[in-house]
Amino acid sequence: MEVIISVIIGFMIIGAIFALNAKDLLSAVIACGIVGYGLVICFLLLKAPDLAIVQIVVETITLIFMVAVILDSSSKELNEKRWTHLEGTSYINTRFVVNITTVIVFAGLLLFFFSQAIDVLAPFGQHVTRMSTAYIENGANQTGSANLVTGILFDFRGYDTLGEATILFTAVIGILTILRLKGKQ
Amino acid sequence: MIVYLMCFILFLTGMYGVLSQRNLIKIVIGLSVMEISIFLFMALIGYIDAGVAPIVTQTGEQLIYVDPLPQAMVLTAIVIGLATNAMLLAIAIRLYKKYKTFDVRKINQLKG
Repeated sequence: MEVIISVIIGFMIIGAIFALNAKDLLSAVIACGIVGYGLVICFLLLKAPDLAIVQIVVETITLIFMVAVILDSSSKELNEKRWTHLEGTSYINTRFVVNITTVIVFAGLLLFFFSQAIDVLAPFGQHVTRMSTAYIENGANQTGSANLVTGILFDFRGYDTLGEATILFTAVIGILTILRLKGKQ
Repeated sequence: MIVYLMCFILFLTGMYGVLSQRNLIKIVIGLSVMEISIFLFMALIGYIDAGVAPIVTQTGEQLIYVDPLPQAMVLTAIVIGLATNAMLLAIAIRLYKKYKTFDVRKINQLKG
């Protein structure tokens, strides 16, 4: 199981790298779809059908949004050279050195904290349920929902869902404010 | 363990995109890749070997269920991710209408 999921994540990484380096915005967006739909397959393998259903809908909507955004845009600026080099300046200047040093330091820091976090976690597939033991034992009786995920989402952690709905409506208001063409005169 | 490492590499790929790209759409793509790697990581934590999906059935036998708590949290996070992505794309549309470009360097140079 671990190997299969690793292979799928490998494909997702390849898709992400292609999306970031594509010469055309449309192919970049389509390659971004590889990452999202690969996540759907991973969710199905990880025994999370609810997540797979939600993710496939959300990924499709995001893809439609992105295609709608780039449809009437030009992509000629992508073909410009990435590293424009001015005449008379050396490749190695202070800014270059500072940037590279910062990147290396931060990558090392991220790797350090990642290894610290992984040490605390149980190995893949040997997770021990702590908080959710009570949910699994009593959830079906207390909430009346056969699906434990929806039972937790709408009953035990209902305020989380309320906050999620608040964020959704705030985002809708924000989008309407941003895209409004003209205000009151 | 290798699966966690791959997930971390996916996160770093998205971060590389956010830091290095000049196109607004590609920055949004990088952010969504980072988001997706976090969802995957949380779903990976909750997986138990030989577990079944957390749906209670009528049969009386004792089954091992996959941890439903991370799944519920990821379900919330996916929807929030959609909202933030849509908002970022709306800002990108607005900037494109004003400056006729997605390039952040050119947007930076223009005044007003």
